[in-house]
Amino acid sequence: MAVKGAIVVDTDKCKGCGVCAANCPTQTIALSKQVNGKGYNFAYMENPDNCTGCTNCATVCPDAVITVYRVKI
Amino acid sequence: MDVNDIIRPENMVYAKTPILTDTVMHYCPGCPHGTVHKVIAEVIEEMGIQDKTIGISPVGCAVLAYNYIDIDWEQAAHGRAPALATATKRLNPDKYVFTYQGDGDLASIGTAEVMHACNRGENIVVIFINNAIYGMTGGQMAPTTLLGQKTATTPYGRDAKLNGYPLKITELIAQLEGTCYVTRQSAHNPAAVRKLKKAVRKAFENSMMDKGTSFVEVVSTCNSGWKLSPVQANKWMEENMFPFYQLGDLKDR
Repeated sequence: MAVKGAIVVDTDKCKGCGVCAANCPTQTIALSKQVNGKGYNFAYMENPDNCTGCTNCATVCPDAVITVYRVKI
Repeated sequence: MDVNDIIRPENMVYAKTPILTDTVMHYCPGCPHGTVHKVIAEVIEEMGIQDKTIGISPVGCAVLAYNYIDIDWEQAAHGRAPALATATKRLNPDKYVFTYQGDGDLASIGTAEVMHACNRGENIVVIFINNAIYGMTGGQMAPTTLLGQKTATTPYGRDAKLNGYPLKITELIAQLEGTCYVTRQSAHNPAAVRKLKKAVRKAFENSMMDKGTSFVEVVSTCNSGWKLSPVQANKWMEENMFPFYQLGDLKDR
């Protein structure tokens, strides 16, 4: 059974450390070229089709800014 | 399938635990303190002990931990968290009491307190964050700094002749009769975080079973102090810290 996932990043709180992107097994996450109110390049889904909702990014996020969603299709 | 069809409340599989407050943490980007705070908060939520947990925050970056985890807190003088925890646990034996200390706090100025608390076998949990440097004050050498590691006070690298040898405090603690569970974990990748969570949960459970002190070391990074990016710091830790500070359980009974 295939799964599809998606993440929502609290972009105001994200500090752009990039640990989520380094630990994403499907290369879904990247740091945006835009910055948030604090001047950080926040994380976002660059390749949303790849996401499987594995929660690895949210598990390692030091600031707990990632919420993960997953559906079976 | 459109992303908006996936992002619905019924499909949510991971969200920030409500035990963590909404306050933005003051830690530097990528600092493992945030990850460890989250792990502790998740364990407290899973065990349903929010109103029964008392934390003791240290001196160091983590002094403001009381702003981030929504439980009862005390704040100790530098290194004295195990002494406060001893009193708190003895007066409130039905509460889960833990200290949260860095290596400058626990392994340097607070060595006597933690050694004697562990030797007495106080039924507390000690969470020890070891990043081999004094982070808050600007990256000076700590007792745990590796040989050859460059810091603000050892710009040519730590020299054993001048600065002595790095202190493996967790190995010392493991020899003490009063401890029941001594482990060394990390929080740099998802597998490590999940293992850390199991270790923290076990430590909290031990503290109610009258078995003695549980000691959880978390080998961490200080990317600002090490002058590396968060991802590079994690890599440096894997290559340099893990061979010296080997992960795993040192004692479990």
